[in-house]
Amino acid sequence: MSASLATVSYLGATILFILCLGGLSDQETARRGNLYGMLGMAIAVVATVFGPNVGTAGLSWIIGAMVVGGAIGLYAARVVQMTQMPELVALMHSLVGLAACLVGYASYIDTSSPLTGAEKAIHEVEIYVGILIGAITFSGSLIAFGKLSGKIGGKPVLMPGRHMINLIGLLIVIYFGREFLHAEMGQGVLPLTVMTIIALAFGVHMVMAIGGADMPVVVSMLNSYSGWAAAATGFMLGNDLLIVTGALVGSSGAILSYIMCNAMNRNFISVIAGGFGSDGAKPAPAAKGSAEPQGEVTAVSAAETAELLREAKNVIIVPGYGMAVAQAQHIVNEITSHLREKGVNVRFGIHPVAGRMPGHMNVLLAEAKVPYDIVFEMDELNEDFPDTDVAMVIGANDIVNPAAQEDPSSPIAGMPVLEVWKAKTSIVMKRSMASGYAGVDNPLFYKENNRMLFGDAKKMLDEVLGALTTGK
Amino acid sequence: MPLTIGVPREVFAGEKRVATVPEVVAKLIKLGFKVVVESGAGNFANFGDEAYQEAGAEIIADTAALWAASDIVFKVRGPSEAEVGLMREGGTLISFIWPAQNPDLMQKLAAKKATVLAIDCLPRQLSRAQKMDALTSTAGISGYRAVIEAANAFGRFFNGQMTAAGKVPPAKVFIAGAGVAGLAAIGTAANLGAIVRANDTRAEVADQVKSLGGEFVKVDYEEEGSGGGGYAKVMSEGFQAAQREMYAKQAKECDIIITTALIPGKPAPKLITAEMVQSMKPGSVIVDMAGEQGGNCELTVPGEAVVRHGVTIIGYTDLPSRLAKQSSMLYSNNLLRLAEELCKTKDGIINVNMEDDALRGLTVVKDGNITWPAPPLNLPAPPAKPAAAAAAPAAKKSAHGHGGGEPMPANKVAIVIAVAAALFALIGAYAPATFLGHFTVFVLACFVGYMVVWNVKPSLHTPLMSVTNAVSSIIAIGALVQIAPPLAADITRPDVVIRWLAVVSIALATINMFGGFAVTRRMLEMFRK
Repeated sequence: MSASLATVSYLGATILFILCLGGLSDQETARRGNLYGMLGMAIAVVATVFGPNVGTAGLSWIIGAMVVGGAIGLYAARVVQMTQMPELVALMHSLVGLAACLVGYASYIDTSSPLTGAEKAIHEVEIYVGILIGAITFSGSLIAFGKLSGKIGGKPVLMPGRHMINLIGLLIVIYFGREFLHAEMGQGVLPLTVMTIIALAFGVHMVMAIGGADMPVVVSMLNSYSGWAAAATGFMLGNDLLIVTGALVGSSGAILSYIMCNAMNRNFISVIAGGFGSDGAKPAPAAKGSAEPQGEVTAVSAAETAELLREAKNVIIVPGYGMAVAQAQHIVNEITSHLREKGVNVRFGIHPVAGRMPGHMNVLLAEAKVPYDIVFEMDELNEDFPDTDVAMVIGANDIVNPAAQEDPSSPIAGMPVLEVWKAKTSIVMKRSMASGYAGVDNPLFYKENNRMLFGDAKKMLDEVLGALTTGK
Repeated sequence: MPLTIGVPREVFAGEKRVATVPEVVAKLIKLGFKVVVESGAGNFANFGDEAYQEAGAEIIADTAALWAASDIVFKVRGPSEAEVGLMREGGTLISFIWPAQNPDLMQKLAAKKATVLAIDCLPRQLSRAQKMDALTSTAGISGYRAVIEAANAFGRFFNGQMTAAGKVPPAKVFIAGAGVAGLAAIGTAANLGAIVRANDTRAEVADQVKSLGGEFVKVDYEEEGSGGGGYAKVMSEGFQAAQREMYAKQAKECDIIITTALIPGKPAPKLITAEMVQSMKPGSVIVDMAGEQGGNCELTVPGEAVVRHGVTIIGYTDLPSRLAKQSSMLYSNNLLRLAEELCKTKDGIINVNMEDDALRGLTVVKDGNITWPAPPLNLPAPPAKPAAAAAAPAAKKSAHGHGGGEPMPANKVAIVIAVAAALFALIGAYAPATFLGHFTVFVLACFVGYMVVWNVKPSLHTPLMSVTNAVSSIIAIGALVQIAPPLAADITRPDVVIRWLAVVSIALATINMFGGFAVTRRMLEMFRK
């Protein structure tokens, strides 16, 4: 394959990638979008393997590596539970980060390219930056994976003077960057290694400092980082396809994070820089005293819940991470279809940051075959709560916390929330009275029209369904 | 001593409704009242005397005796002069009154020292008053009946059909005014299979029209027509001109026009001119539901169906009465709810509590004193500001990141541009040409990514992320080109180390590539309608 043909193939692949991302923005075109992505990737790989830059000697190595990788990837995709999706995505980001690091190192020790002067300097900066981003993505994603899968506690770990630590780390990285540029041929490995270690530590530190509730933003942010890592590698190797694709992924991830930050009323810059969530933690204890929720908690049984649902005309279900944990989405769907057969208008209200990953709830509900035209965004149905008879909250807490609107001293003040308390009755399904990830008490539980259904979401819903079907 | 509710036979010519049906009689008795019904009161609405007796009412044959026995009288139409004469001094009357149009009647009722609750004066803005809202229930029936009358006079099917005898096009129905009656007409006509279009000066009803299967036709002119209390207001001259143009166009296209435009206390607006009628296809039908207030069509004869220029123009003023059984049932339920409000103690004694907003509005004469019109309600003012309400969700939307949004303030833009310019100048000054080529591509790609992703639906965030994750495994290309590039003979490099690094990178990236796409596919398979 000639160089021109390879370039044209790259162009085709780029267009397919753009179509892929564009297609993914709507349900109707999403499947085709994914197909475009696969096609683009296939073209890119084939064009490279048979292109001018790969000798025949490498073919068997490439095939071997791809077969092994592909098999693992397909296996993982087959066995993963939909509730584990965030973990899987985080883990995969770490692979991209690691690959970017390795390519960077390989590029550095590759002495075959005879660059000099400014070109050499730029090339080395590219290597340096590429490895830096790759390493941060790698370690950050691993920690995110650990947090999401529960292997590491969800609470933010805040070191004293952590902004100072970050700053010092950055200065060291810049210093070694200078050393690296001035190093003799082959002597640059030491500064490179030191920088990698600092970057790895920085990635760990950054994600460790973030509370579990903010994980959706972190995941999409790391997604963005993995794109930038690919783009940096592209600069390093002078490969436009890598640059374009990396930039696409990077900017789309950044925008996704931005959209989500808005949904949670957080500052985008502080998220990208890492280490957010701490500002909220400080005023919390102070606010506790003044905003201690008043009133009684009213508990109900599953049978009473079924009774309420049966008599309702309009029901809105607000799912949260608790539903994912309990794997309750299928039973939720059964209750939904049962109620819909009875003529009850059942809808789902999805908060933009419900769950641990953007769109997490939608995926789970789709898995349970809940029709997506009854699943609504927060903005679409938040005004309808006053006309709703029963709002059922399943394993969610912070996203239905009225303190966000009513209590300016609350750490989550100003965050848009689903106004379930405006429904005639709200039922909160929860294991205990423990507070949510944000560590804020929820005055909703003490409202007069609120009922608490304590217990494991799945078990409780099973009982509700039983009561619904046998009741009439 | 429990009070007696009397239900006389309606005396207005052609009125077939009755104020209370047997089912409601039983419920009124449960509230503690005694109920007397004039013999034959429910005949036209298919409720015989026996049914009333079974429900526990006493049947009185003589009209005068019935009025004399009743403490409270439930009626549909306002009382005639003779009926007022029969009324007991200091008695209570509940019926339609229309005090603005009937000042004489009001004077006579006041002279009788009566207490009168006019069901048409209900403050409809109160949400708890909706159960008593007879205007709404009556209007719904009228809308339904209007379509039925139109279908009766129209010589064709409503729905389109492909039959062995040829193709039948669907009827096109245009409905002017999407109030309660208009909406009921839209729903009915759409259910019959017609193509339904509707217009209203109040833009906020567009969604309601669509929800019932109609198409909202906009007047090409900016003006908001909400007049408070759920009614429309009189529009400006410019608007009316644009509106006339739109009506003229619809008249040419549609087979059936149903007009429901009413403005309280004013004659009905003339929407359909004689020329428009002339321009309609022969055999078309106009149902003018505003007949009683003079009609929306210039050629309407109130109370009659006439044919003008080959178009049947129906101006019946008794549409609810033509569906007497249904109307009576709904109306008597409204009255039952009102009775419940009046008699909270359930002992058959009423208390016309003037502190209660709903009852205050309804009461037009209290113990002989005219109390109409009621003072305006102190509502917490929400429905009056549809513009603000519409703006608020829009602002929220943009904050949520769905396209558009407000543009950045100018000084911010200036700073961003300045920084970008400085950065670009720096790069331009030092970077070699090859880098600039890549840099161009990079910057453009960032913008493409931004544009493409900005409008993604939140429900697709997860698939989008997993697909971008899969796409970022493009990094494999980087490793591929490193593994065994064709080298000039005289150049050496540490081949083994590079190869192993590259092989590991390829394997890692491929896991991502295959896994990412496969998982995205799996997720997308699950999204279904």
